[in-house]
Amino acid sequence: MSTWLTIVLSSAGCYALKLIGVSLPESVLAHARVQRIASLLPVAMLSALIVTDLFDSNRHYSADWHTLAGVAVGAAALWRGRSLLMVFVLAIAATALLRLIA
Amino acid sequence: MIAQMMLRGEIFAIGLRGKRRNLSAVSAVTRSPTRAADSEPFAGRTEITRAAGGIGVYAGLFGLAFGAVAAAAGLSVPQAAALSAVMFTGASQFALVGILAVAGSPLAALAAALLLGVRNAFYGVPVAGIVRPRGLGRLLTAHFVIDETTAMAVAQGERRAGRYAFWATGISLCSMWNLGTLAGALIGSSIDTSSLGLDAAAPAIFLALLWPQLARDRAAVVAIGAVAVALALVTITPAGVPIIAAAGVAIAAGLLPEHGGRGEEDPS
Repeated sequence: MSTWLTIVLSSAGCYALKLIGVSLPESVLAHARVQRIASLLPVAMLSALIVTDLFDSNRHYSADWHTLAGVAVGAAALWRGRSLLMVFVLAIAATALLRLIA
Repeated sequence: MIAQMMLRGEIFAIGLRGKRRNLSAVSAVTRSPTRAADSEPFAGRTEITRAAGGIGVYAGLFGLAFGAVAAAAGLSVPQAAALSAVMFTGASQFALVGILAVAGSPLAALAAALLLGVRNAFYGVPVAGIVRPRGLGRLLTAHFVIDETTAMAVAQGERRAGRYAFWATGISLCSMWNLGTLAGALIGSSIDTSSLGLDAAAPAIFLALLWPQLARDRAAVVAIGAVAVALALVTITPAGVPIIAAAGVAIAAGLLPEHGGRGEEDPS
């Protein structure tokens, strides 16, 4: 599957999901289990995305310590209750700085 | 209307928790129970506009990061721009280019983008109640249904304010996200993005989106399970598959019956 085809299909699919939400009668999505799964899906996938971003180098484990340290700085900022924007800026600034000096 | 929104608080917490800091100024003004007559301007319009502008600024910066990450992943400038214009849902976009970057399976990239987009379908229910789109307006409304616009719309005390918040945030965020992506893709295709620390951008954003959600019922267990499943599969499946497999943890946890009669509406 080409990159363009992947982009077109996934974009169309994501749009369809949004359209379903604003079009379906409310009762269809109003089941406790359905809602619980929907709210837990991002939790599971974001967790998996974080660890694969950090440790998965296409079928083998590897990690770049600059990136790890940068994300750790971001985590510390989250811990301190900083905003999303601050977390993001601190994480990339720390990564860039560490890569520059070490 | 408001009661319905409260009943569904569980789902919107995804967007709301992360945005609560931005929204506090707005909701403090607009949460007043007094209802203005239809002809009067609703309270808090200026505050909503200001908050929407602030969200636009951060969307521009995130868009810049996305464009640069997409370019570093090997996508062309038109491909990065098309994703932001048509897909227009950040987590799905970052997941897709992240999987393509490591030459992962295109099907896994597609599935990851769609699974992360499922939450937008659930956001659509209250948004439709607040915005009440008609005809072709429904198509544009659907396009704008994401974490931030939903959080802004449902945080307002009255429907007209919610409707205004939805459109103000949607227009601000959509334009800045796309401009940022274009600039980021142009920059990213000409310089080494890792020297700017942008390889930390996606995991940092994912972490920031995940953080407020961990407080909810079963979330911490699901997160640990998802990490274990994903890491276990890294060496034996194509890139992207570990992320799809992790979705199974959420489905399994969601299907388990309620324990000890604890309510699920308000985990906090």
